[in-house]
Amino acid sequence: MAQEVITLGGKKKSMLIDTVKELLPDGGNLNLCLTCGACSSGCPATGLEDMDPRKFLRMAALGLDDEILKSDWPWMCTMCQRCIYVCPMKIDIPQLVYNVRSMRPREERPKGILASCDMALRNESCSAMGTSPEDFVFVVEDVLEEYQEAQPEFKDMQAPIDKQGAEFFLNQNSREPVTEPDEMVPLWKILHLAGADWTYGSKGWGGENYCMFLADNEAWKHTTGIAAKQADELGCKVFLNTE
Amino acid sequence: MTFSVLAGLKKFNIEHNFEVKNIYEYYAKWIREGKLKVNSDWNKDLKIKFTVQDPCQIVRKSYGDPIAEDLRFVVKSIVGEENFIDMTPNRSNNYCCGGGGGFLQAGLKEQRLEFGKLKDDQIRQTGADYCIAGCHNCHAQIHELSDYYEGHYGVIHLWTLICLSLGILGPNERAYLRDDLKDVLVFHPESEM
Repeated sequence: MAQEVITLGGKKKSMLIDTVKELLPDGGNLNLCLTCGACSSGCPATGLEDMDPRKFLRMAALGLDDEILKSDWPWMCTMCQRCIYVCPMKIDIPQLVYNVRSMRPREERPKGILASCDMALRNESCSAMGTSPEDFVFVVEDVLEEYQEAQPEFKDMQAPIDKQGAEFFLNQNSREPVTEPDEMVPLWKILHLAGADWTYGSKGWGGENYCMFLADNEAWKHTTGIAAKQADELGCKVFLNTE
Repeated sequence: MTFSVLAGLKKFNIEHNFEVKNIYEYYAKWIREGKLKVNSDWNKDLKIKFTVQDPCQIVRKSYGDPIAEDLRFVVKSIVGEENFIDMTPNRSNNYCCGGGGGFLQAGLKEQRLEFGKLKDDQIRQTGADYCIAGCHNCHAQIHELSDYYEGHYGVIHLWTLICLSLGILGPNERAYLRDDLKDVLVFHPESEM
């Protein structure tokens, strides 16, 4: 258990925690910690990398910026917000984590998350698997036709793409069209029976957003912007998420 | 996606003319309105038990307990109230499964599975045969937890179960059903591929 004593090195000019506080409403309450530990006791990431949410926040408060930036723990915290939910002072540890993620040079962030975000930037589908709008349209039409024939009760079922004036703009996780297209069908059947007036967008249909997880603000803004623009151009009233 | 759109629109001040909603709310609405005539008779004798994961992005981070209630209303309507067992803690207070935040793609498998141990314990304490996961990240993670820790409970999408209870789930739409449900109310069995 013997460990080297950590020296704090006096007052630094600028600390990471101050930079993050400036970005958050009410400074994310990052200075209000009572050290009660409610966050850590209910956090599934407690103990990973010898870290927990309270410790992470205390380290930030003490200016241990290098140690924080070196740690991989911010990539093991899922930013699920349970810590802030139980926190008596509503301290936004997840936003501290998010901003620490964004301080790591982009190319040094976890490869898988980086690749998934870059895939989403490849075309206007915004799909983390890089699927093009054309491929998506093809798969949807192909699967729909197959089921209209195989299950005649659903011969009138539709899976519209870019339907002007539809009430719902629906997105779709890429895993279905790409790896298990039959899994799209139950959802279509439900929408059909409910009489929902819905559409996919050929642009912005991808129902996952790894750019947010990558903490790449510009890319997150870009992908959200494409989906929002498409939904608005189609005149949809509701942006409907399946997850 | 629910959270990334909601938070993204706000964070980046993206102008828009629509509301952002999650489909659980509509599943519940359509069942209440009688548009989706689901029932749980198929499970009266089978008595297969289900629990449900509260996706953080949708429940705690976006719409809170009201949508968790909608989710439970839907699940109870399709599996039977007596066959639903909630995990503890639940709703906004539930634990993350470890599939979120990019963890699935972060290349940190060992830590991700350790993170998920808490979720696996929660599910196993319910004794449920299936965990319903209405979010892809949750689905993939909990599926892996079931294999890795050998709890061998099933993990299924909500839409699968809704269609099963409506009697319209075909043979090729059953990838995540185990043997106990593979042959229940099969719609157009002749179309099996």
